[in-house]
Amino acid sequence: MFARAQRLREAGVLGLNERNTDFIMRLNPRRLYPRVDDKVITKELALEAGMAVPELYGVISNQGEIKEFSDIVAERESFVVKPAQGSGGDGILVVTGRSQRKRDSFRLASGVLISRGEISHHISNIVGGQYSLSGNRDKALIEYCVNFDPVFAEVSHQGVPDIRVIVYRGYPAMAMVRLPTRASDGKANLHQGAVGAGVDMSLGETLAGVLGNELVDEHPDTGALVAGLQIPQWDFILETAARGFEVTELGYLGVDMVIDRDLGPMILEMNARPGLNIQIANGTGLANRIARIEEVFDPHAAPEQRALFARREFATNRQTSIQFDR
Amino acid sequence: MKQQYVYGLAALLAIVGLSVFVYKWQVLDFPLTRNQETPVYTIESSIRFDSGPGSIKVNLLIPTLTPGFRMLNENSVSRGYGFSLNYGSGGREAQWTIRRADGSQTIYYRISVYEDEGINQSDTTPPFPPPPVINEPFKTAVDVIVADVKEQSADTASFTAELIRRMTDASPDPNVELLLSNATTRAELVDSITTILASARIPARMVHGIELQGRQQRNVEPVTWLEVHDGDQWRYFNPMTGEENLPERFLVWWRGNEPLISVEGGSNVQVEFAVQENHLDAVAIAETQVAQQGAHAIDFSLYSLPIQTQAVYSVLLMIPIGALIMVILRNIVGIDAFGTFMPVLIALAFRETKLVWGVILFSVLVALGLSIRFLLEKLRLLLVPRLSAVLIVVVILMLLISLVSHRLGMETGLSVALFPMVIIAMTIERMSVVWEERGPVDAMRAGAGSLLVAITAYVFMGLPWLEHLIFTFPELLLVILSLVLLAGRYTGYRLLELSRFKALTGQ
Repeated sequence: MFARAQRLREAGVLGLNERNTDFIMRLNPRRLYPRVDDKVITKELALEAGMAVPELYGVISNQGEIKEFSDIVAERESFVVKPAQGSGGDGILVVTGRSQRKRDSFRLASGVLISRGEISHHISNIVGGQYSLSGNRDKALIEYCVNFDPVFAEVSHQGVPDIRVIVYRGYPAMAMVRLPTRASDGKANLHQGAVGAGVDMSLGETLAGVLGNELVDEHPDTGALVAGLQIPQWDFILETAARGFEVTELGYLGVDMVIDRDLGPMILEMNARPGLNIQIANGTGLANRIARIEEVFDPHAAPEQRALFARREFATNRQTSIQFDR
Repeated sequence: MKQQYVYGLAALLAIVGLSVFVYKWQVLDFPLTRNQETPVYTIESSIRFDSGPGSIKVNLLIPTLTPGFRMLNENSVSRGYGFSLNYGSGGREAQWTIRRADGSQTIYYRISVYEDEGINQSDTTPPFPPPPVINEPFKTAVDVIVADVKEQSADTASFTAELIRRMTDASPDPNVELLLSNATTRAELVDSITTILASARIPARMVHGIELQGRQQRNVEPVTWLEVHDGDQWRYFNPMTGEENLPERFLVWWRGNEPLISVEGGSNVQVEFAVQENHLDAVAIAETQVAQQGAHAIDFSLYSLPIQTQAVYSVLLMIPIGALIMVILRNIVGIDAFGTFMPVLIALAFRETKLVWGVILFSVLVALGLSIRFLLEKLRLLLVPRLSAVLIVVVILMLLISLVSHRLGMETGLSVALFPMVIIAMTIERMSVVWEERGPVDAMRAGAGSLLVAITAYVFMGLPWLEHLIFTFPELLLVILSLVLLAGRYTGYRLLELSRFKALTGQ
């Protein structure tokens, strides 16, 4: 038991306790949490900083406003409903189309048709606080539904694959691509059964994936190889993630991005308590990379420089990490 | 830097808690385990006499210094008499007075003592006694005996032993025979011995005491013993054998040759002793003792609270133990559970229902609640009304379970009412959300985790010795607090993370 703890320590694996005490509590002052916990605020801040975000169609902040849902959606074919203070992808409804004849029935990403009444009830739950972190009243966002780039089409089951970048004091430290599965119901959340694939920071190329706590080579639904996919605009993605630090001032930050077919990479949300499974997906620990960042940390470095540093330093050494080429 | 603060604070709390604990344990004699009972002897002396026509004054000599015993309490039962305790020349005296009394009178004096090795003679060193004035022909006899015995002894102890041997010899020499010619009782024998010792300038006196033996003794006769001071300490001698010893459990009642009792204005005086052995909780004895000494630790003792409040606190004080278990299982082992303290509250309920029934009732309640919660989901209720509906359903379910189990003759089912219903309602709600969002596997896992934590907390919170320890030494809560603080800065891996990150160990 202690031997295994020792080996994990040597591999630089970060544990939950250490993440919570040494990083989240130290680097993420609570007063900054609303910046990432409330997606409306995150969106505003990101827009101010000139970053791309999915367009916000409207916000419903109390039960009385639910009837405005139809006006907000208008004739749009696709949109996403999500709680402003949700966590772990809970409460997100992805509408990808609507019935042409019956305009008030909507088709979800999973293919299921639901009525406007059901969506209203869902919004009502969101506003009531069912999905909010604190259980308090919440707001529901209705926003642009990303047309994701076909690069991950082969390795996704419905839903929107996204890219999670852990940014430590402004420096991108580790990244992974989160691929929805049938089990995750189209959500790109590892806790719900999505596949996470590590990313070679220098090339922007995917490595093997992780499902639960186990390594997988193929997507469980499509059977396509997860590894070896080139993420488009990797430079830009790393820079945007690095810039997340300026926007939120959180020293330990998870930046979630999606790549739209037409609009390119956008910030979907940011997270003050990013999970640790990213380490399994990358086959390496975070602690070593964080230690390396601490060595060179320069508070005046520009986001481009920090992104460059990550590309230079955190190449995945394929000799020692997981072999995925057959 | 913060790390050091935490360690410092934790160390401080632990030191304070442990030192108070050790003080109470070692110095004030609070017992470490429950049901540690100490035999307590209650000696009752009943004084009977016929009252005369005038005022009555009764003086009874009572224990003053009692080597080997500590007094727990004393009291007197005497109807209509004035009562006071005085210090006389022979030690403490109890005095009862009344202006007028009719007929036969009975007065009781009771004292409770328990054995305590720590109580030693703290008597003062007496001066050398003046040579007693003895008339001839006794004086010559005494001088001869003293000279003879001195010849055959080395020190005070051997002198005394040799003297007693001669005095109790079956065929005594003429001098002894002369001295003992009018000594018929044991007390008179001891009196003669002290007189001879006094003329040898050895301080000596009579001790009268009671041998405490058996659970109940009636009509106990006080026994007279000889006490001799050798310049350092008092030593006890058996006046019949010359052996230096005291009987086992010998309670010294009074010293000297004064009579035990004197009654002015009464006649036919009789004193009887009775002994009763009881077993008293060691905590109670320690408490009484501390109260007598005026130590302040007692002011904060939970035993000073009313019994009902004590019962409440004996449960409440176990909650920190449950919280500590919770901290360990969640942050060091890494078990998932619903709510922060839900398992601890469930564990509290288990105390009343007992474990097996508790687990069954809890599972039934949550399972039924969950299925009804899924029905409610279809109604599309707003959040707060839905939670309230779940709460009401939980109450109704508890009622039904009680009724059904009562019908079936399973009275244990009635204890379902002890579950914290609001907590259960929240658990059901939380579980159903997890069920829908993350699937039944996650929901069941967290539910099982909660139950596991609750069971573990129950086991620890139900340990009788632990309960006694915390209740008797509440300062140990500071130690628990310091442990929780330390766990709050634990940055190592959780046990379950070791298997979670197994893929990263490179093997």
